Amino acid sequence: MAFYDSMFSTLGLQDWCGITKQDGPMTMAQLLAKNKTASEADTSLWDMPFPSLDNLHAACNSIPRTRDMTNGVEQFFLSIKSSLQFVLDPLTQPLSWLLDGAIWLFVATPWWLLISLTIFAVYSVTRTKGAPLLVAITWLFLAFIDHYTYAVQTMAIIFICTGLSVIIGVPIGIAMSKYDRLQKSAIPVLDMLQTLPTFVYLIPLIFLFSVTESKLYGIAIILYAIVPVVRLTDLGIRLVDQDIIEAANAFGMTARQKLLNVELPLALPTIMAGVNQTIMMSLAMVVIASLVSAPGLGVLVLRGINNLELGVGLVSGFCIVILAILLDRVSKAALARVDVSHNNH
Amino acid sequence: MTKATKVSIKQLYKIFGSDPQTALEFAKQGVEKNELMEQHNHVMGLKDINVDMKDGDITVIMGLSGSGKSTLIRHFNRLIEPTDGQILIDGVDVMTLSDDELRKMRQTDMSMVFQKFALLPHKTVLENAGTALRVRGISAKEADAEAIKWLARVGLAGFEEHYPSQLSGGMQQRVGIARALTSNATVMLMDEAFSALDPLIRTDMQDLLLELQKELHKTIIFISHDLDEALKLADHLVILKDGEVIQQGEPQEILLNPSDPYIEDFVSDINRARVLRVRSVMQPLSDSSIKTAGQVDHNDTLESVISHSDGDTTKVYQVMEGQQAIGTICMKDLVRALVPRAPSDDGIRTQTDAA
Repeated sequence: MAFYDSMFSTLGLQDWCGITKQDGPMTMAQLLAKNKTASEADTSLWDMPFPSLDNLHAACNSIPRTRDMTNGVEQFFLSIKSSLQFVLDPLTQPLSWLLDGAIWLFVATPWWLLISLTIFAVYSVTRTKGAPLLVAITWLFLAFIDHYTYAVQTMAIIFICTGLSVIIGVPIGIAMSKYDRLQKSAIPVLDMLQTLPTFVYLIPLIFLFSVTESKLYGIAIILYAIVPVVRLTDLGIRLVDQDIIEAANAFGMTARQKLLNVELPLALPTIMAGVNQTIMMSLAMVVIASLVSAPGLGVLVLRGINNLELGVGLVSGFCIVILAILLDRVSKAALARVDVSHNNH
Repeated sequence: MTKATKVSIKQLYKIFGSDPQTALEFAKQGVEKNELMEQHNHVMGLKDINVDMKDGDITVIMGLSGSGKSTLIRHFNRLIEPTDGQILIDGVDVMTLSDDELRKMRQTDMSMVFQKFALLPHKTVLENAGTALRVRGISAKEADAEAIKWLARVGLAGFEEHYPSQLSGGMQQRVGIARALTSNATVMLMDEAFSALDPLIRTDMQDLLLELQKELHKTIIFISHDLDEALKLADHLVILKDGEVIQQGEPQEILLNPSDPYIEDFVSDINRARVLRVRSVMQPLSDSSIKTAGQVDHNDTLESVISHSDGDTTKVYQVMEGQQAIGTICMKDLVRALVPRAPSDDGIRTQTDAA
């Protein structure tokens, strides 16, 4: 006897509920209930269980159990899986090539060449002395403790994923700033991407793609890291001084001229702040992505956890921290330069 | 005065709200602004505006804040769409233009100067001044040459490579004016162009504008909330109140014959001796036998005549236009003209403060 039996009988729903035999294996709750004496079945109102799916199922077989529901979600996903795969697999294949190619290229480049190239690139972007010096120290330290290859792999992944995030995210942000309706519908999606636990990203992706493919973690990182650049592009363009927009209109600028000559340049500091956040978030995700075969420092962290190799885990964790500091400082220095050239002292 | 009408506004209405067309019907039936707000929840922005602007004139549209003057100026180049009415520029109704034609009109026929300058902060002064030409697709070299010329004309030679934020407010507005002049448009819209500047710089800029106008003869539509500025610049003065034109005409005429208590109050504390001119107060030449104490020009201010006369109110002067005598001015009339028709103590301005 279940608590809600009487409710279904008073509603005259016994027929609908049926007395068919329960299918599926017994739940733990049912097994426990079997051991209880019949007297305990007459529960008082005080002990009334919440009318959850499982509890209602005990009284009426036609109501599905919670595990039927989760099973249904799974079945639904599996049923659309093949068609999704058919579309997504070729579409995302270039991402695998890009990631594999970038990792191969970064690793194959001799260390002295890669280090000097990055120092030069950082100098030409930031035009400061501090940032390239920081880059040099970080690289040499990582190389000295034999974490160079791992760090380079991580950097290659971040490089590709951040680049793609910006290429995809900025146009989305621009479109959002132009169409209020698009903004309204995109914001909940962005909120979801930002709050979804990072592990949950991986679950549907594992179903869709083979775990050995690079695009699996590529997609996970991009989905996670693209949010700030989209948001801040939208915000930056919306915050452009309306007086200046009005002047642009008064001088007969086309929408394209306005975007390229007025809105994007004025929104650039905000967009760069978004890029900085995107870089930091892709670094956070690249560690978790080591669960699905992403190479790099995350692999060492994972090894530390799996094998309880405390030292390996801590040292690689520390390496990730200095990489994060490096990326943050360099992108902020680039941001500062953009700001300065706008409001020239 | 037989100048052609350059810009003309006919029966212009602007109503803000969710259903302006329905509200427009009420407004045309004579529903007042307050009533429209309370009963229909629509804001009457502009009501039945009819203004003709002559080619080569400075038309000043004056009113306190909230009178709809900034809304009105944005109708000329359709930055704001009217609810009803016609805006004719050289006889062409701006409302009939397609998007492309409208853009072309904004690029070539009209330029605008803004209260808050609205310069592009990431471009140099030179690039800012050449905006209009660059937008039209003219090569940077030509645009720069033209921009350099106009920057020099407004007194900014040597500042070409500076950024706007490095300049003072007055200089930034000079860039704004150079930008408008570089476009070579015949109509110039100036939206409270000098209101953000401090008084001395403002006077400088007004002088600059008048000096430029002497050569260029643009059709300038100038928005102002400052009566002194309006009287100084205007060939034609339009006074707006609550979205309606309450008087328009020659500034001297308005000053001497205010048609409305609101305007009387407005003009009551103006230094009339400095604004009024001999021609507005003189008597036409009738009796040539009157003995005159000397000659004054018809465009002299009353102030200069008073200093001429040493305060003697019995004198009569002959008024000259060039070499020809056109009338006489008697000091008695002059002094009488200095007193406003109805000086008011508890007028509108004491209640609604000018912004």
